[in-house]
Amino acid sequence: MSLTAGQPEDKSARASTVVGEPTGTEAETNQAVPEDIGAPERTPAVSEVSLTLASTKGSPVMGAPISVAAGAPLILGRRRWEFLYFALRNKKFMFGLTVEVVLVVLALLGPFIAPYNPNAFVGVPNQHPSLQHLMGTTYFGQDVFSQLLFGLRDSYLVGFLGALFASLVGMTVGFTAGYRGGLLDEVLQLFTNIIVMIPSLVLLIVIASYLKTRGVLFEGVFIGLTTWPWVARAVRAQTFTLRERDFVDLARLSGKRGSSIILKEIAPNMASYLFLVLILLFGSSILLAANFDFLGLGPTNTISLGTMMNQSMLWSALELHVWWWFIPPGVVITVLVAALLVANVGLDEVFNPKLRQT
Amino acid sequence: MTRYFTRKLLTYILAFFVGTTVDWGIPRLMPGNPVEIYLSKFSLESNGAWQSLNKVFTKAFGLNVPVWRQYLNFWDGVIHGNFGVSYYDFPEPVTHVIRAAIPYTLALLVPAIVLSYVLGNRFGALAARRKALDDTVLPVGYVFQAMPYAWLALAMAYYLGASEHWFPIGGGYAEGMLPNASWSFVWSLVQHWFLPFLTVFLVSFGGWAIGMRNLVIYELETDYARYLRSLGASQRLVRKYAYRNAVLPQLSGLALALGVVIGGNIVTEVVFNYPGLGSLIYHAVIDEDYFLLQGIFLFIIFGVLIANFIIDIVYVLVDPRVRLSMQGARA
Repeated sequence: MSLTAGQPEDKSARASTVVGEPTGTEAETNQAVPEDIGAPERTPAVSEVSLTLASTKGSPVMGAPISVAAGAPLILGRRRWEFLYFALRNKKFMFGLTVEVVLVVLALLGPFIAPYNPNAFVGVPNQHPSLQHLMGTTYFGQDVFSQLLFGLRDSYLVGFLGALFASLVGMTVGFTAGYRGGLLDEVLQLFTNIIVMIPSLVLLIVIASYLKTRGVLFEGVFIGLTTWPWVARAVRAQTFTLRERDFVDLARLSGKRGSSIILKEIAPNMASYLFLVLILLFGSSILLAANFDFLGLGPTNTISLGTMMNQSMLWSALELHVWWWFIPPGVVITVLVAALLVANVGLDEVFNPKLRQT
Repeated sequence: MTRYFTRKLLTYILAFFVGTTVDWGIPRLMPGNPVEIYLSKFSLESNGAWQSLNKVFTKAFGLNVPVWRQYLNFWDGVIHGNFGVSYYDFPEPVTHVIRAAIPYTLALLVPAIVLSYVLGNRFGALAARRKALDDTVLPVGYVFQAMPYAWLALAMAYYLGASEHWFPIGGGYAEGMLPNASWSFVWSLVQHWFLPFLTVFLVSFGGWAIGMRNLVIYELETDYARYLRSLGASQRLVRKYAYRNAVLPQLSGLALALGVVIGGNIVTEVVFNYPGLGSLIYHAVIDEDYFLLQGIFLFIIFGVLIANFIIDIVYVLVDPRVRLSMQGARA
């Protein structure tokens, strides 16, 4: 059985985790609380699954670490509290979470606390940051701080839409390919490997150049539709190892349909992993959108952090030394995405006992 | 192993086929008629002139034949390297315009990708399980990874270029210079090259360092590493083996990361107005030069396929198991 048309994955199978030894009944009902939560120091023994980190390496956020594998189902009664316990004590996760919460609140409250209309010409052009204009004004005398608050909302929206669509397509392809195997797997693999080789930003540029009006929705959906392949790869590799397990066989014997086995038996066993994938997708969508907007191909009807940088470049902010126009939006994106990455590492440690430092 | 390469080759051929078809199909699937978009630039007054020009352009664009015929004609153009005439750089053929830009893009991309990969891996391996390095390298790596290329480029151009005047910004060489084989010209090239290169390099570097660090930590916990240690092997030897194993998934990652780096390179070139493919694609979009856009898209796909092929070969060379099995021995 050849695993991929891509790199020989069996050779690069790396990351592994303790899988929460799902016995047949446990996995089947999904509610039964296992009596023996030996938790963190569970010995790997039989339940260890070797999975490919290589497949996650294609993350658009390059080299973003996910070492957790088909780990710990999130939804099992007591174990959830166990995760919460470790999550609340994980500094990295709490740091990331705090930053994100602050930014989300700012984004949500943006329209109410923004001192000015982001598009209105409210002050003297190219003013330094002052009390009146916290981050100065643009070439046109617009308030940079107000633009930032509005732009933040769009960034989150794009991140959310991109992650949503990429994970929908990626998981559908990945689960189907991994579970069904055979010819269907080969075909889907080939398809994925082909899409992987088409750089998403370039494709987006070509498509967007034909559209005169573009919205945030368009942007998010298209980003999602071009970044799914690495999710599909990762999910497929995981599904491959899980489908051979006893509890899946048992479910199959009991006459369950394939789709229900995937959703109820396989997916919960990699829920933690999928969650991490979702976070990375979120971050990478925001970065992709920022670069895309910077080229002037972003939403035509709203302000985004990327369009702010685009405008600043078009109106000679570099030459006029109007640094307060392009520095803040980039700082916000960097902080936003870095916090996501840090939270991701923290969660990884929460889900994967091997990585915990204590 | 022939099976391995046959599959690879099949994937590449199909990918090129799909890429070309997408390239051909996008203009035809999009709302609006390309001829009308072109005509709208002439702001014609009389309807008669519009009609006749419409006819001329439809013929010039080869849109007066059935769709299947258009598709075959497109392939014919691809095979003969004929992508039409550029509107942005009229009347140069698209192929010439692209050919002039390619050296600049390669000069940025190849060193940035190779250096960030090699140095990032070395650095990441060093950082693994070394507390002091780990605590400093890791946060910096995450921050660089989280930066939009566009912004890092802007910040560099501003602080090191516009503000401090350490490096020139804008263009591939000094204004007023003509390309020639003198040292002063080469020096000018290097000066203009450095900042865009540094931008692309830094973002990728963080990613590789973090990836390698995680992989080496994982490798150091494996059975073979433990066994080696229990035999009394030196820390250095164990790390060497861990590194060699960790390099493999990093190499697969390199193939997958190409698309991101190329995207980053495009925006970086735009910021520095560097005369490579990235700036070209930007001008093509602004001037609605669809032939040029089509040509660049295809060239980039072609470049990615070649890069993938090279990585495949390197993978085989680096992984002794694959290499051995190719020589007929059992791994």
